[in-house]
Amino acid sequence: MAPLFRPRTNALTVVFLVGVLALLVAISVIAYVVYRSPYQTDAGYAPEQPIPFSHQHHVGGLGIDCQYCHTSAETSDFAGIPPTRTCMTCHSQEWTNAEMLAPVRESLSHQEPLAWTRVHKLADYTYFSHRAHVNNGVGCESCHGRVDKMHMTVQRQPLTMEWCLECHRDPGSELRPQDKITSMGYSPEDDAIPGHELIDQYDINLDHLTECSSCHR
Amino acid sequence: MRYRHDEWPSALAIVIGVLLVGCDQPSMERQPKYETFEAAPGWPHGQSAREPVPGTIAHDDTLKPIPDTQPQELDAALLDRGQQRYDIFCSPCHDRTGHGNGMVVQRGFPAPPTFHSERLRNAPLQHVVDVITNGFGVMYPYRDRVPVEDRWAIAAYIQALQLSQHTSVDDLPPAQRSELERASTGDTRREGNQ
Ligand code: HEC
Ligand code: HEC
Ligand code: HEC
Ligand code: HEC
Ligand code: HEC
Ligand code: HEC
Repeated sequence: MAPLFRPRTNALTVVFLVGVLALLVAISVIAYVVYRSPYQTDAGYAPEQPIPFSHQHHVGGLGIDCQYCHTSAETSDFAGIPPTRTCMTCHSQEWTNAEMLAPVRESLSHQEPLAWTRVHKLADYTYFSHRAHVNNGVGCESCHGRVDKMHMTVQRQPLTMEWCLECHRDPGSELRPQDKITSMGYSPEDDAIPGHELIDQYDINLDHLTECSSCHR
Repeated sequence: MRYRHDEWPSALAIVIGVLLVGCDQPSMERQPKYETFEAAPGWPHGQSAREPVPGTIAHDDTLKPIPDTQPQELDAALLDRGQQRYDIFCSPCHDRTGHGNGMVVQRGFPAPPTFHSERLRNAPLQHVVDVITNGFGVMYPYRDRVPVEDRWAIAAYIQALQLSQHTSVDDLPPAQRSELERASTGDTRREGNQ
């Protein structure tokens, strides 16, 4: 009887095994790249809003501080989204007939809040606090980018665990003095105060920053 | 060869386990709880955040009436706080020096009066606190964003601003006065050279 496998099959087997291995590696690499890509992490996400509110005009152009609108960033976990009344402190007199602002006026007269679309959203199993960062020398810009140049609000950072930990392992180079927290275009590296001094000044305890229970509680 | 039959349930368990590990777990990512301002269909305005019943007092609120004199000690820290809050909430209209020509006014908002008039220099601190609390003419109240202590800090800082624009040379300590005189004669000499 002729042998079931010819000698040539040996070579085919090697090719087959190597091929399967290569395919597995390729799939893993592609999966990882996709998983970490902006498509999956939402970096670059800029949803349509009910009103084309522009941070560029209000922050870059008019120089209004973030806390005029995001008042609770310093005092609570939540930075706060301005209520309609906050817009009306200016728009009761400013651009009062603009078509663009009709939803703001309607919201005020009907006592119906504006429904902004969320841009940044962490999974519910993570705990995040603005107060913990803003009062400890981390500026808005470190996490939200150059907001003063955004026509549409856009998520700049991936907000993955890897990204949080990158800073939590060594926050020194990202820290700024307290009066520069909401400044845009400030570069911590070029600043006169070195990071390790600020770590002391803010009394930051580096040990628990990488513990799971800081963020998953 | 009985053991072969015992093997397949554990093999199946491993396969199912491997398959499950590959799954996303959306239920942990979106848990049935409301985060701040999360939409809640079925509630008024679709909001999970509720309007407090009128007259509600926050559990950590003070029941004392709004003080009518400066409640904190007037020191550099208070003025720093006042400056910071003033720059955030007031400077868009009143500008950083209090002359009333802020960015928003330059874009057409009615101009507020300057803080450096005789009338406002003589007004008590309480007046500024009342304006922040209740608004004034076309200026909206800021009580929802500026807590009581900060209102007094801002009032104190505005007074410091007023002093800074209305100090005669005689009020300066001698060292500063001679420095000022030296600086101004230096200036004229430089101008003369040009
Ligand atoms: C005049 C009011 C105003 C000022 C000043 C302002 N913002 Fe905003 N901000 C808004 C409004 C309204 C929204 C919601 C609409 C949107 O997302 O564009 C918003 C949204 C955001 C968001 C996205 C929130 C989300 O849905 O995830 C970020 C981040 C943000 N602002 C950061 C800043 C920073 C940083 C500054 C200061 C440099 C600033 N803002 C100044 C009004 C303001
Ligand atoms: C501190 C004053 C101030 C506040 C608060 C404010 N605005 Fe404005 N806004 C202005 C001024 C001034 C302009 C005109 C901009 C210009 O001339 O560059 C403007 C312009 C606009 C425009 C026209 C398009 C543009 O961007 O130029 C929109 C839309 C707008 N604002 C929406 C809002 C909304 C929504 C809010 C509340 C979250 C708000 N504004 C809060 C002062 C303000
Ligand atoms: C350490 C990073 C970090 C810093 C610093 C930071 N943010 Fe955020 N911000 C986030 C993250 C993460 C979210 C999403 C939170 C969530 O989904 O629960 C967010 C959400 C927001 C939102 C949406 C509302 C909310 O609170 O969820 C606003 C508005 C905002 N940030 C404004 C600001 C402003 C203004 C500052 C500076 C005063 C600031 N942020 C500083 C990371 C940061
Ligand atoms: C640019 C640097 C930076 C980034 C990015 C950053 N953090 Fe932080 N985080 C800090 C610093 C600094 C502290 C203050 C430590 C302290 O309390 O002294 C802090 C504190 C915290 C705390 C409070 C810890 C405690 O127990 O007091 C939590 C929770 C936290 N961060 C979560 C996050 C999460 C979640 C992310 C990612 C979405 C993140 N952080 C991204 C710098 C950063
Ligand atoms: C600095 C904050 C922080 C710390 C510390 C931290 N995590 Fe995370 N973790 C996050 C964030 C942010 C995410 C992603 C949330 C999202 O995708 O919205 C995450 C996601 C995860 C996930 C889901 C992974 C995925 O890809 O779906 C697991 C599992 C996890 N963390 C486990 C841990 C463990 C175990 C530790 C301790 C060794 C830890 N984390 C420490 C912030 C943190
Ligand atoms: C959006 C622009 C705007 C902002 C922001 C603003 N004001 Fe005013 N303010 C005005 C205008 C306009 C007037 C004049 C009102 C009138 O006469 O109808 C005024 C008047 C005043 C007066 C004078 C009242 C008098 O007796 O004549 C005081 C004091 C004052 N504001 C304090 C403040 C303080 C403190 C803040 C910050 C917490 C502030 N304002 C923020 C626009 C503003």
